[in-house]
Amino acid sequence: MSASVLYDAPGPKAVLRNRIYTVVGTVAVLALIVFAILRLKDKGQLEGAMWDIFNYSGIRQNIADAIVATLKAFGLAAIGSLVLGVVLVVGRLSDHRPVRWVATTFIELFRSIPLLITIYAIWVGFLPNDSMWALAIGLSVYNGCVQAEVLRAGINSVPTGQREAAYALGLNKTQVMTSVLMPQAVRAMLPTIISQLVVTLKDTSLGYIILYPELLQTARLIASNTQVNGDYPYVPTIIVIGTIYVAMCLMLAGLATWIEKRGRRAKTGIDVAPAAPLAPTDVSA
Amino acid sequence: MNVLLDNFSDFRAGFIGTLSITAFSTAIALVLGVIIAGFRVSPVPPLRFFGTAWVTLLRNTPLTLLFLVATFVVPLVFFPGMSSFVLASLALGFYTSSFVCEAIRSGINTVPLGQAEAARSLGMSFSQTLRLIVLPQATRTVIPPLSSIIIALTKNSAIAGAFNVVELFGWQKSLSDQGYAIVPIFIWVALGYLIITFAISGLFRLLERRMEVAR
Repeated sequence: MSASVLYDAPGPKAVLRNRIYTVVGTVAVLALIVFAILRLKDKGQLEGAMWDIFNYSGIRQNIADAIVATLKAFGLAAIGSLVLGVVLVVGRLSDHRPVRWVATTFIELFRSIPLLITIYAIWVGFLPNDSMWALAIGLSVYNGCVQAEVLRAGINSVPTGQREAAYALGLNKTQVMTSVLMPQAVRAMLPTIISQLVVTLKDTSLGYIILYPELLQTARLIASNTQVNGDYPYVPTIIVIGTIYVAMCLMLAGLATWIEKRGRRAKTGIDVAPAAPLAPTDVSA
Repeated sequence: MNVLLDNFSDFRAGFIGTLSITAFSTAIALVLGVIIAGFRVSPVPPLRFFGTAWVTLLRNTPLTLLFLVATFVVPLVFFPGMSSFVLASLALGFYTSSFVCEAIRSGINTVPLGQAEAARSLGMSFSQTLRLIVLPQATRTVIPPLSSIIIALTKNSAIAGAFNVVELFGWQKSLSDQGYAIVPIFIWVALGYLIITFAISGLFRLLERRMEVAR
């Protein structure tokens, strides 16, 4: 245990006490795991036949299709949210008051409405036959607002002297934005931007509710349509699909952390933001 | 306007449903979050490991998947016959607890080490250091992120409506199934959520001002 504000370096008594806690803690954690496994075994969820379903090529194909569908919605939403984010942040920082108002209202409104409500309204109201686009547009609108706020923080973190120097050199407003402010903002905020993409990836699971055949929807279909010894293989399916989700998110989060570390090493004078969303307001689904 | 007046009792039920699932799962998230944060900063390795695993796993799992687990797996394997309200609150509370834990942990980390060292050199005991020096400062830094987390929890509670809990999203869903135009429904539902989230952020701003201290 490194130095912590909560604990002193342990003396002999504390070392002994910590050892006892370690043993008790290990036993408690193991007991919890064993209890869960026994319970799953009792309900027949751990039998070989339950897991055999993943050997069928049909089910494997279903899962592969679902991963592609998930990534498709994610890709569209990622591009859409980044483009919308840039548009909104330019609007929000505009010199024209009406433009600023519209952009600010849009951002504040869609950031504070649950994403599912927006997605569902788009699906029912505008795209009843295309759940993929309803999902992608909903995700783009919500995450675009968040990305706009991230970019705004990035632009505000560029020292004001740079903007003044650029104007003094005779660059116009567009040039200052595109060649001085935006590149530095993106560089500083890249870890946060990618972390928000992790949130976007997780949120594609809302497609489940509008019947888009992504991973979760497929998992439920597999589990409720296959019967093994009179039971439904919910546990194996959810474990497999959950692992896929966690792996995808961890990879993307790992990329954000890597970029953050790399950015800190480079001595450019720009502070690189931490690889977690700025405010956890965006701990979306 | 008509769509709200015609279905006002259902809207009220949904609004109260959203409020109660928010309150219930906030309580679960805070209690669990504090416990897990305690695990993560404890000097006991297995507990630290458990805390880290808990946070990593829950933060990288989509909330909808947790709702799916709560709805189909928990009653099947562990507790048959649990109400969907309790199951949904547990899913939401567990999910949010991982964010609460991280907020509390970083709150503790913002207290400079020198403060605890100074307290000890003044002869304070461990519990005095914790009670008088560390926790008050940590609590203050934790208030703003906690407010964002609880607002996010309110928004996330919408998903519960898709898993048989009576709340505002359920109202939107059932009315649009009945063929009402979606835009007015959307506006009323959005207004319902805005009222709740504004109330929460106002409450926390009050709390923040109360506990503010010049540094």
